[in-house]
Amino acid sequence: MSDLLIIFRKPPVGTSWAREALDLALVGAAFGQQASLVFMGDGVYQLLDNQQPDQVEQKGTQAMMKALPMYDIDQIFVSEESLSERGLTKDQLGFDCELIGQTELQALLKTHKQVFNF
Amino acid sequence: MNYSIAIYGGPYSDQSAHSALHFARAVLKREHSIQRVFFYHDGVYNSSALVSPPQDEANVPAQWQELAKEHDIELVVCIAAAVRRGLLDEKEAKRYSKATHNLADGFTLSGLGQLIDAGMTCDRLITFGA
Repeated sequence: MSDLLIIFRKPPVGTSWAREALDLALVGAAFGQQASLVFMGDGVYQLLDNQQPDQVEQKGTQAMMKALPMYDIDQIFVSEESLSERGLTKDQLGFDCELIGQTELQALLKTHKQVFNF
Repeated sequence: MNYSIAIYGGPYSDQSAHSALHFARAVLKREHSIQRVFFYHDGVYNSSALVSPPQDEANVPAQWQELAKEHDIELVVCIAAAVRRGLLDEKEAKRYSKATHNLADGFTLSGLGQLIDAGMTCDRLITFGA
């Protein structure tokens, strides 16, 4: 069993959900918990390359996302269905991640001790 | 069973803190215990001492204070989320040179690690308002 599964369903700007969810992932890792991240729904926008949140005076999540390897967070998954629903493909993403479907998502939910949903 | 609760929704605009209160009472009625309630995201607004609803509406923050006192439950508010939203205890007000502070009695500002810890050490962590 892995420790933490954190599900990101919100876009990187518009609300503080994405940033506050990432904060939890980083703190969890700092507490020695192995964290896996799943991006689905509008959360997939957090993975896009070439975001410009400063255009709307927001910080976005890219800088925090880039810090993930320093916290040994390398299990990053993205919903293939959520990408295709939004007309996005994996090569538009700026972060290393694994495409998953419903079956893999169910497996992730089963193999983690705790799930945080944002 | 030992429970902890996470609340992400503010008072009034979101029902989650109220629903969590109902859940907490049911848990205690069945003789389980609640170790900690952790307030995160807009849930931090539940810790304001200045919440003043009309008389015919529930004062959810006050009800949390009462329940926590009676059952020895920790009410922990994420410090980073709170300070950004203008919820300060005396110490933080001093740190940021603010004239006043507004964290209600019975609530404590602390780090997000307290939420991780609740998940690790309690039998169940139940989230409201996600």
